[in-house]
Amino acid sequence: MMHKENYDVVVIGSGPGGLAAAIAAKKNGAEAVLIIDRDIEPGGILLQCIHNGFGMETFKQDLPGPAYAQRFIDEATQVGVDFLLDTMVLEVTRDHHIFATSKQHGFVEINAKTVVLAMGCRERSRAQIRLPGTRPAGVFTAGTAQRWVNVEGFMPGKRFVILGSGDIGMIMARRLTFEGAKVERVLEVMPYLSGLTRNYVQCLMDFDIGLQLKHTVKNIIGKNRVEAIEACAVDDKMQPIAGTEEIIPCDTLLLSVGLIPENELSRQAGVLIDPVTAGPFVDDGFQTNIPGVFSAGNVVHVYDLVDWVTEAGLTAGKSAAQLVRKGVGSDGPTIPVKAADNVRYVVPQTLHPSTLEENDIRLQMRVTRPIEKPVWVEVRSGDKLITRRGEPYARPGEMVTIALKPAQVEEIKAASELRVAIVER
Amino acid sequence: MNSYDVIIIGGGVVGCMTARALSRYNLSILLIEKESDIGMGASSANSAIVHAGHDPVPGTLKAEMNHLANPMWDTLSAELGIPFKRSGAYIVAIEEGCDCLETLQARAKANGVPSEIISADEMKRREPRVNPLTTGALFTPTAGMVDPFAACIAPLENAINNGAQVMTDTAFVDFIKEGSKIIGIKTSRGDFACRWVVNAAGLYSDEVMHKAGVRPEFKITPRKGEYYILDKSEIQMENILFPVPSEVSKGILVLGSTHGNALVGPNSNMVPEKENRAVTADGLAEIWSGSQRLVPSIAPRSIIAVFAGLRATGNAHAKNGDYSHDFVIEIPKEVQGLVNLGGIESPGLTSAPAIAQRVVELLKEAGEKLVEKKDFNPIRPARPRFNHLNHEEQAALVAKDARYGHMICRCEMITEGEIVAEIHAPLPAKTYDAIKRRTWLGTGRCLGAFDMPRVVAILSQELGVSPLEITKKGTGSEFLARLTKDVEA
Repeated sequence: MMHKENYDVVVIGSGPGGLAAAIAAKKNGAEAVLIIDRDIEPGGILLQCIHNGFGMETFKQDLPGPAYAQRFIDEATQVGVDFLLDTMVLEVTRDHHIFATSKQHGFVEINAKTVVLAMGCRERSRAQIRLPGTRPAGVFTAGTAQRWVNVEGFMPGKRFVILGSGDIGMIMARRLTFEGAKVERVLEVMPYLSGLTRNYVQCLMDFDIGLQLKHTVKNIIGKNRVEAIEACAVDDKMQPIAGTEEIIPCDTLLLSVGLIPENELSRQAGVLIDPVTAGPFVDDGFQTNIPGVFSAGNVVHVYDLVDWVTEAGLTAGKSAAQLVRKGVGSDGPTIPVKAADNVRYVVPQTLHPSTLEENDIRLQMRVTRPIEKPVWVEVRSGDKLITRRGEPYARPGEMVTIALKPAQVEEIKAASELRVAIVER
Repeated sequence: MNSYDVIIIGGGVVGCMTARALSRYNLSILLIEKESDIGMGASSANSAIVHAGHDPVPGTLKAEMNHLANPMWDTLSAELGIPFKRSGAYIVAIEEGCDCLETLQARAKANGVPSEIISADEMKRREPRVNPLTTGALFTPTAGMVDPFAACIAPLENAINNGAQVMTDTAFVDFIKEGSKIIGIKTSRGDFACRWVVNAAGLYSDEVMHKAGVRPEFKITPRKGEYYILDKSEIQMENILFPVPSEVSKGILVLGSTHGNALVGPNSNMVPEKENRAVTADGLAEIWSGSQRLVPSIAPRSIIAVFAGLRATGNAHAKNGDYSHDFVIEIPKEVQGLVNLGGIESPGLTSAPAIAQRVVELLKEAGEKLVEKKDFNPIRPARPRFNHLNHEEQAALVAKDARYGHMICRCEMITEGEIVAEIHAPLPAKTYDAIKRRTWLGTGRCLGAFDMPRVVAILSQELGVSPLEITKKGTGSEFLARLTKDVEA
């Protein structure tokens, strides 16, 4: 595949965020748009997500991951997006110069008027949760196991324990069961599920796979290969409770203990990272603090549904194209958006009230603690309520969204900051 | 039965350095290693320091070897391509009376080690992250950081290039003797005749010498040390910081490394089993609090790996005085044909080249006619490392061999070209961990989650075996169990 030396928009990553950004950039007037991806095919992690559950919001259809990706790959190709695949970006400079390397294409240098960072996220590792024990083969992240099973056709074990109730872990519990493996149980250190309830029902309950909340792995046993894990209950401070230890024989421990936005390139480029989301601080057009550098999808914060990633990509791509056309970003002053009661974070962290003259702005957030009764999602300026929306409950595993409307533009223009809270009704 | 002049038991840093030192001479040499790769025992998990030598009790072999070896590392690094940086080290006093530093300096002086006491302000200037409660430090300028894996691999590769042979997955079983004379050894892969055996068996050096009937009272008690590796993007240390030491150990350090990661550890706990490298929750808590004492700003999120190593702590008495954990470096009287090395714990990595040199001297003293080979080549060039190059050099490397353009480990930026080169090196990397020790692949923030399936595929292709046979660290540590759809009834 050929590529040029200069582009209006270069998107790094061809997952759902990157594909949407490239399509939107092209549709909104950017002429030369390139997607760079390290894999030999576009689609990102969706290619190994062969389960369904994708596209209910976007297409009102329940699609497997590769099928969801293919719709956007086809559209990107049709609108004339260039692809540079099998290519790893090494560095993005503050002034949008890109260095990349590839077995197929050699060492590559590209100039971009704007850049959209769409590198997605990575899984937390064993060390980040400081799991004690030996270091044998057989301790894998759920995503690595997913690649082996779904893409390469290998089973990474026969008898599994899964630590963490993240979505990939629960989906892999079902997948491995389909393939004839025994999944002993899923352990979750928190007192609540960290993934989607629908995955708990469809992947664990339907297959009689036990979930133990407030439990963790105390020790990994085995010299060459995992032979067993020692599980235990934890107290409210997440400390092991003596006397609850249990040895579970198994040959594999899968980890589904959280995702972290992948921002090494962003940091190199000078992009400021929010310590709570581990992604860039962004405005409502998903522009970072570096002019002309945008970011979209799980690289900003970890989403629960792919549809929201696509939507974020569309917004970022459109903003990038507008900047290319007009030479400036969204106009006017910005207002900070702050997380208040029971909101762990909210994205975007700043917004341009002028955006509301034409479009809604969606605020998306994660709650700090679960509330299993009806709640209000409230946006306030000082004591003044700007808007609120009811939800039947609020859970950390499920993102919460509220839209700001053009009707609220004058109130928001007058605000010094917006505060978002989730409170019991 | 194959016959050798010298068989070295054990492919740790001492065995590898000894093989290289002996390969200079007209000797046929075999090194055997029980594991799937060399450098998997004590040499694989340590503080990666070339010690200045201030710490050992004066008059011990530890002090002597450390002092002799320290200046050798510049040449070794240049000849063998071992990453080495003479950074100096600080022994930092925190809230303690400063006479402890003078005591330490007196010992350094007795060991012939240069040192300098610096003020608290100077310490803070040189390492702004140090605990602000510091009251001063002892600076030892000759200490340095070294890549402990390369310290094994590079000299052994050089020995191979100079004619030495290596067998991995080969365990020592017993000696073959004629009377009191050793004439060979039995191994898990057959018998070999030899005139000399070098016992460099590390944690198992006691068992090997007992088989020869030497030092029945000598015992190795493994002493475990646990460590954290920190994320390069969170913290980078240019310095080595020690606390003021205790009776049993040099304490919990915070230091930089040649790999660019900061390291925290080790603690020191006796364990009964020689294969117990499990990391414990208590141990991790212990090194965490130790790290906070030296550098309070280290954050939990910066931890990207944990590991534990075992020190081969012996019980040999020093020639002078009552120190009872000294090295053993000798040709024992009870048998003929044995060079006996035992209890080589810290400062063992530092001392290894001097110990190797001492082995040469002992053989000469025993009447061995050592003649230098005319064609001995002391140079083992380091192989290219993509992430050490600037963009221009990277482009040139990729143009020369496209496999260097294929990124396999995104955190540490290790390419297919580098991995393939290690698989086909004189000392081939045949397992995932062997590649990791040689390239530092899989040690970054994702801890190998991204590269693991890709490395398994490359190993499978290059070794010409099924991915099902690829292991993490030798037989029994296979990554994959079976094909999908291949469901057992």
